[in-house]
Amino acid sequence: MTDFPLLSVVTFLPLVGVFFILFIRGAEETVSRNAFSVALLTSVVTFAVSLFVWTGFNPASADFQFVEKAAWMPAWNINYHMGVDGISMFFVILSTFLTPLCILSAKGAISRRMKEYMIAFLVLETLMIGMFCALDYILFYVFFEGVLIPMFIIIGVWGGPRRVYAAYKLFLYTLFGSVLMLVALMAMYFTAGTTDIPTLMQTNFPRDMQIWLWLALFASFAVKVPMWPVHTWLPDAHVEAPTAGSVILAGVLLKMGAYGFLRFSVPMLPLATDMFSPLIFTLSIVAVIYTSLVALVQKDMKKLIAYSSIAHMGFVTIGIFALTQQAIEGAIFQMLAHGVVSGALFLCVGVVYDRLHTREIGRYGGLSNNMPKYAMVFLFFTMASAGLPGTAGFVGEFLVLAGTFQANTWVALFAATGLILGAAYMLVLYRGICFGKLTKDDVKAMLDMSPREIALFVPLIVATLWMGIYPSTFLEPMHASVLHLIEHYQTALAAVDPSAVAAR
Amino acid sequence: MYVAAIFLPLLAAMVAGFFRHWLGDRGAQLVTTGAVFASAALSAVIFYQVAIGGQPQTIELLKWISSGDLQLSWALKFDTLTAVMLIVVTWVSSCVHLYSWGYMHHDKSVPRFMAYLSLFTFMMLMLVTADNLIQMFFGWEGVGLASYLLIGFWYEKPSANAAAIKAFVVNRVGDFGFALGICAVFFLFGSVNLDDIFASVPQFAETSVVFFGIEWHALTIIGFLLFIGAMGKSAQLGLHTWLPDAMEGPTPVSALIHAATMVTAGVFMVSRMSPLYEYAPTALAIITVVGATTAFFAATIGCVQNDIKRVIAYSTCSQLGYMFFAIGVSAYQAAVFHLMTHAFFKALLFLGAGSVIHAMSDEQDIRKMGGIWKAIPITYTVMWIGNLALAGIFPFAGYFSKDTILEVAYAANSGVGMYAFVLGVMGAGMTAFYSWRLLIMTFHGKPRADEYVMNHVHESPWVMLTPLLVLTVGALFAGWVGYDWFVGELRETFWGHAIAVLEHNDSIHHAHEHTPGWVKLLPLVVSVSGIALAYVFYMFFPGIPAALARWLRPVHLFLLNKWYFDELYDIVFVRTARALGRGFWQGGDGALIDGVGPDGVAAATRDIARRVGRLQSGMLYHYAFAMIIGVAAFVTWYMVHKAG
Repeated sequence: MTDFPLLSVVTFLPLVGVFFILFIRGAEETVSRNAFSVALLTSVVTFAVSLFVWTGFNPASADFQFVEKAAWMPAWNINYHMGVDGISMFFVILSTFLTPLCILSAKGAISRRMKEYMIAFLVLETLMIGMFCALDYILFYVFFEGVLIPMFIIIGVWGGPRRVYAAYKLFLYTLFGSVLMLVALMAMYFTAGTTDIPTLMQTNFPRDMQIWLWLALFASFAVKVPMWPVHTWLPDAHVEAPTAGSVILAGVLLKMGAYGFLRFSVPMLPLATDMFSPLIFTLSIVAVIYTSLVALVQKDMKKLIAYSSIAHMGFVTIGIFALTQQAIEGAIFQMLAHGVVSGALFLCVGVVYDRLHTREIGRYGGLSNNMPKYAMVFLFFTMASAGLPGTAGFVGEFLVLAGTFQANTWVALFAATGLILGAAYMLVLYRGICFGKLTKDDVKAMLDMSPREIALFVPLIVATLWMGIYPSTFLEPMHASVLHLIEHYQTALAAVDPSAVAAR
Repeated sequence: MYVAAIFLPLLAAMVAGFFRHWLGDRGAQLVTTGAVFASAALSAVIFYQVAIGGQPQTIELLKWISSGDLQLSWALKFDTLTAVMLIVVTWVSSCVHLYSWGYMHHDKSVPRFMAYLSLFTFMMLMLVTADNLIQMFFGWEGVGLASYLLIGFWYEKPSANAAAIKAFVVNRVGDFGFALGICAVFFLFGSVNLDDIFASVPQFAETSVVFFGIEWHALTIIGFLLFIGAMGKSAQLGLHTWLPDAMEGPTPVSALIHAATMVTAGVFMVSRMSPLYEYAPTALAIITVVGATTAFFAATIGCVQNDIKRVIAYSTCSQLGYMFFAIGVSAYQAAVFHLMTHAFFKALLFLGAGSVIHAMSDEQDIRKMGGIWKAIPITYTVMWIGNLALAGIFPFAGYFSKDTILEVAYAANSGVGMYAFVLGVMGAGMTAFYSWRLLIMTFHGKPRADEYVMNHVHESPWVMLTPLLVLTVGALFAGWVGYDWFVGELRETFWGHAIAVLEHNDSIHHAHEHTPGWVKLLPLVVSVSGIALAYVFYMFFPGIPAALARWLRPVHLFLLNKWYFDELYDIVFVRTARALGRGFWQGGDGALIDGVGPDGVAAATRDIARRVGRLQSGMLYHYAFAMIIGVAAFVTWYMVHKAG
């Protein structure tokens, strides 16, 4: 491996685009067109460069790779430390994959302040990638919280009528979590004397302290996932966010909480994790059943998909805390799949929203008649979301179920009800939009997807099928890191109470 | 060649689906039908090599999922059981493809219909060739998708959309059990590959596990969970409600999916898992009871329905019950035998019914038919043959398979076996009764349709009649030809290792050895009586049924309303789920979480600010009053503190 700072390049490349966009001057129209082109080009190049992370990644190793380390605040032993392992690598790719699509979807949908919109997305991309690569807690914290700012602006400026309420709700919830996370950060720093994540993973915190730390981190991550009952910001945020904002929110931002559990809670605080896993299971099961039922009665397309996201993330948290290889790999895979599929679903909503400017399901109906291409694409992602085998949605869900069944059959039983409810609400949604008679005049006038819109969905369809039919591409690089995580966890448990592990 | 047989329909579905504007109706028909015909021809060769030549094989295509111990591939497994299913699926599918040329002639989206049919065929082939449970699940859900699309094919009809969703969701309830069953299999065996499972079943014969807080015999709970999946797909009692509604789809779909192939997937799956079920006698007993009850229950409903397709749908439900109780007494071969013969004669009946509906200008109510047999003689003849086969009259196909099933139920010599035998014989009588009720009301008597319809009654074109005649050949000879191979003398060499039966469970063997003569004769007698009764009721004394319905009004209503299952489920599940959803949304999320959480905090902040604001009123005595209270409080606190 060379010393080329690949991760830094991927992380900060979008900022180069921002730099150029800042200098665009001229008439409103020219500015927005040029800003769009620059942003699209930048994000595509970033995606292309990020592929080198994937191709250069050594799947046999559980270590962090492409590591970069430079002194940042040497007085406090805080470094600029970057690296990816099998757990975080695909999230980087997911971020760079979704951003160009978001930018592409903005054309035509965003009518004012295009330049600022593009800047917000590129900054957001940098922060997301940085968060998944960061190997220093302070650095992680900066990126983790920083993500909130562009998102807050995207919702607050380009959002729907209740955008200010939604933006503040998002802010209020996450702020509450991040304060506690900061406290945990300081406590860990004073105990371990470092904020280096790999070092912290090897640090044995005392049991009592683990409990408090775990709860503090939980407060932050649970809001981000979001877990029941701190989920109510998500439907509002989705409903008010512009399409591309929803895509990133569902596609990447929801994964930050779960990633935090995997990166911090489980490896650093194994004893507390063991103790609190029943809590996670309970909350997740409630999330799966409760939010699925709520999704069933929604009249707003975006709210329905938002609630379905919470249910899907319930699967993820179950998988993470089941702590078997299938369950964790399933959880990671489910996150990737959900990123692609729910992102695509929000884009599907965007397609019809751009035409009719309403999200109410009852205003549509019969689109199969005049928008057959759209109906087909939407059906594909509806089925992927319902977990049809052969699509991405199935593999993750099934691995989580199979893995969880090894750990706790009750949890698997309740989680599996998500299969039934998930199919029910998605099909009801699909019926409302695409089936039925075409009666309303404004709906009749809607045109089928444009080539630009088709271009938007092709990569997502390919990814969904690829992940469903040949998931090994994605599972293989995970094996070593996930196995390492589980071994580490069990060694830590065994050190305290050998009988507890043997009983498993 | 083996791979081509499976993937040709998929290829055709994609070509017809994506290039429909370019191909046009005829092009799409040619592509899909051609592909399925080719697949049918290849299946015949595969059947010859695998089943008759005795050369089972597995072809691995691509690695699928690997995570820890969970290792599986996309692979095609061909043994006798698969080969039989291949023949059934591809041949019936070919007939239905061709028939659709005529039946869907007037429809505006022919290519879409043909693409869905071929897609279904592919998924069904994936299901029957699966070499591991998860791939089987892929086909299983895939046929569910195709079924959903085809039931809802006429998506402008609200009833069709509702039926499509119902079918998918009820099937998902079954899949819930199936998925947990697969998880349990993985838990116990550490693998989901069929060969690995079968190899290690005997060593887990006595194992018990704790699932859901209860200690179970491991194989029994696995068998039970998998059977829930089979119940969903094969419309067994409790999860049957979607099947009659599925008749909203075009009739060729009913013939292919909801009679001949998809609904038999449950029977196939349980037969495929025979090495496991053989060690789970309790699970088998449950299957017997459920199967026998379904066979009886669906037949009772079939006797009073008035929609030509719904009568046949309940008949399908009932016949699937027969297959399951055959499985329950370890006569898997008999079940698959009946699956095969049933596929031919039931597809024939549905396509025949389609021909009738076509002739009657899309009328489906048999009360509005009658007196048309002279106008459509070929349809009339093939419907007779189909019904003779269904009723199990010698020497038609159903006679061989259904009688075998009733004999093995008797020969099983167990309580549940006897239960199945009794209900099965009663069901056979009702089967014959409703079949002839249908036949007489549809074709005989005075015409009850209006003049316009009667003037337009016409025989279907040859493109529809040819498939009917092909299937008629099946309904005539499939039983007679297949008997020796499937359940007769040659069965052991024919099946090879595809189906495993423990020696003391071998009820087919017992049935051959010692079945009293009356057991063999009884079903035939009962069936003939059923036919005779139908003639008395509907041909000679047509007043009797109405009088009976008046006299036994509660019973009639109970049957007419299908034992009130739909109403019950609507209250217990559908309404409850919606009410809960609304409650959680508005009460839980809205009032409780948001009310106490963010909105509450915000409201409290505003409230406090307002109160504080009100304090600053500018009135001097307010300030003075506050000051005095403050001073008083301070002094009090100081004194108490000092004193303490």
